[in-house]
Amino acid sequence: MRDWLILGVGTLLFGLLALSGDTYLLRLGTMLAMYAVLAMSWNFIGGMTGYPSFATAAFFGLGAYTSAILQAAQMPMAVGWAAAGLVAGGFALLIGLPILRLKGHYFAIASLSIGEILREVVNTSEEITGGGMGMNLPLLRLPPEVQAQAFYLCMLGLAVLTTAVAILVHHGRLGFAFRCIEQNEDAATVLGVDTRTFKTAAFGLSAVFSGVAGAIYGNWVHYIEPLDVFDIMHSVKPLVMVLLGGLGTLFGPIFGAIVFLALEEAVWRNFLGVHAAVLGVLIVAMVLFLPRGLATSFEQIARRFRGKAA
Amino acid sequence: MSALLTLDGVSRSFGGLRAVDNVSLEIAPGEIVGLIGPNGAGKSTLINVVSGVHPATAGRVVFDGRDITRAKPHAIARGGVARTFQVVQPFPNMTVRENIAAGGAFAGRIASLKQAMQEAGELAAGVGLGDLVDQPANTLTLARRKRLELAKSLAMKPKLLFLDEVNAGLNPAEIDDALALIRRIAEQGVTIVLVEHLMKVVVGISERIVVLQNGALIADDTPEAVLNNQKVIEAYLGKKYAAALSAEGGGP
Ligand SMILES: Nc1ncnc2c1ncn2[C@@H]1O[C@H](COP(=O)(O)OP(=O)(O)OP(=O)(O)O)[C@@H](O)[C@H]1O
Ligand SMILES: [Mg+2]
Repeated sequence: MRDWLILGVGTLLFGLLALSGDTYLLRLGTMLAMYAVLAMSWNFIGGMTGYPSFATAAFFGLGAYTSAILQAAQMPMAVGWAAAGLVAGGFALLIGLPILRLKGHYFAIASLSIGEILREVVNTSEEITGGGMGMNLPLLRLPPEVQAQAFYLCMLGLAVLTTAVAILVHHGRLGFAFRCIEQNEDAATVLGVDTRTFKTAAFGLSAVFSGVAGAIYGNWVHYIEPLDVFDIMHSVKPLVMVLLGGLGTLFGPIFGAIVFLALEEAVWRNFLGVHAAVLGVLIVAMVLFLPRGLATSFEQIARRFRGKAA
Repeated sequence: MSALLTLDGVSRSFGGLRAVDNVSLEIAPGEIVGLIGPNGAGKSTLINVVSGVHPATAGRVVFDGRDITRAKPHAIARGGVARTFQVVQPFPNMTVRENIAAGGAFAGRIASLKQAMQEAGELAAGVGLGDLVDQPANTLTLARRKRLELAKSLAMKPKLLFLDEVNAGLNPAEIDDALALIRRIAEQGVTIVLVEHLMKVVVGISERIVVLQNGALIADDTPEAVLNNQKVIEAYLGKKYAAALSAEGGGP
């Protein structure tokens, strides 16, 4: 109940931001919503279930291309977006069955290679995807501020949907099974947890919303290319956000996304030349000093204060 | 009599090693069977074979009328076979309640998570962990972890329960508690196979004792008969001591 309230209030507050005509603010907001979607998506498989996936970029890129290809064939944007989620999710279920047999580093590497393979496929299928040249997406005949508002609201809507699903999963059987697998997969199996099915479900969940995010992103920036949408950073960033916010927690990934975006913006503005290095150092420092994530650390601090007051 | 569990020529190899070697065995509903044997005899492996963790490499396992030789561990668990691990396997960062509820929710087929949590509380109280339901499992002492392991398997509402050295590392008072608990479980109609090193404990509680040595079944009889079985005495003490002992006319 409390979680739904937080979601409601959050939606309202972030929704109001759309009224602002400031395109910079709206761009940041759209990025934030996208980051939150990717972080929560990764949290299903990486945080809750404990399988360190580097496949987020693969799902993001697959969604972006699915939608772009359909729109190039004169399909409406909405159809492209929905198809992006279905294709990414379906692809994850198929590919998940074999690679989720692997554990730890082996799984991480296998999941990483999925994006690389998809990028090669896109690169070589020039007739459909334009290859390395990328694809243009239809321009909307709307004033720039209105477009900025519209894409912000769409990405926000996706973030709200992802959060709602995360709440349901977190409190339900599915999330319970994910956590059992994360804690001790062998013990979970002999307690009757069908680990293969649940792991695959977690992987599928992590793909669906990432795929739709990629599709919305494509329309937002009007142009996609393999190097951009299959960029490994789309896999690394969500992982860092979840580590920052709290592995396996419900709202931690959103926290992490906010902190990460703030860091990224601040560093990007002030250390233009060396921003990647500075960002890297900051992230390592934060993960080292707050190993259980910001959300968990806040909770601990709050508890300590309450303890003193009592 | 129709057996609850039937092993028919079951073997399990690890590379060249036959950890379980051509074992045939029947267990009737409601029995308490002791499973003993020296270190490395294959007792834990036998449990792993039945629970599907390390499936048999030869032979057939039939449980409750179904061939489960190749079944997946989760399916076997849902079918009514529960087992504890010799080296306890809790979900370390979950609470005692959540640990137990997992057994109820997934193998015990309790549809609502809330109800599984509630029943877990009752089971925790039943094994003497009532005050600790909200503690993470990794804060428990070994004796309590063993009881948690037991409560987890009880939550699965099993027909057949394998207990792999649930008394190892416990002091005499704790062992008495554990035995009383095992008797209560048996009274509820659960068939129990008890793996145990302490001879006194097994003899005290089992109606029948099965002995493994080097993976093979060397005796399957009443406790008294097994205690006086020459092969068993040799297996435990070595041939020389066994000969000396029988010359004195005593048992182990
Ligand atoms: N997963 C495994 N891989 C390889 N060998 C194994 C494995 N599990 C058991 N073994 C071997 O199988 C044999 C039987 O081991 P098992 O654990 O079943 O014996 P046990 O009777 O339970 O002994 P203990 O009384 O020490 O628990 C041993 O030689 C052991 O090393
Ligand atoms: Mg053993």
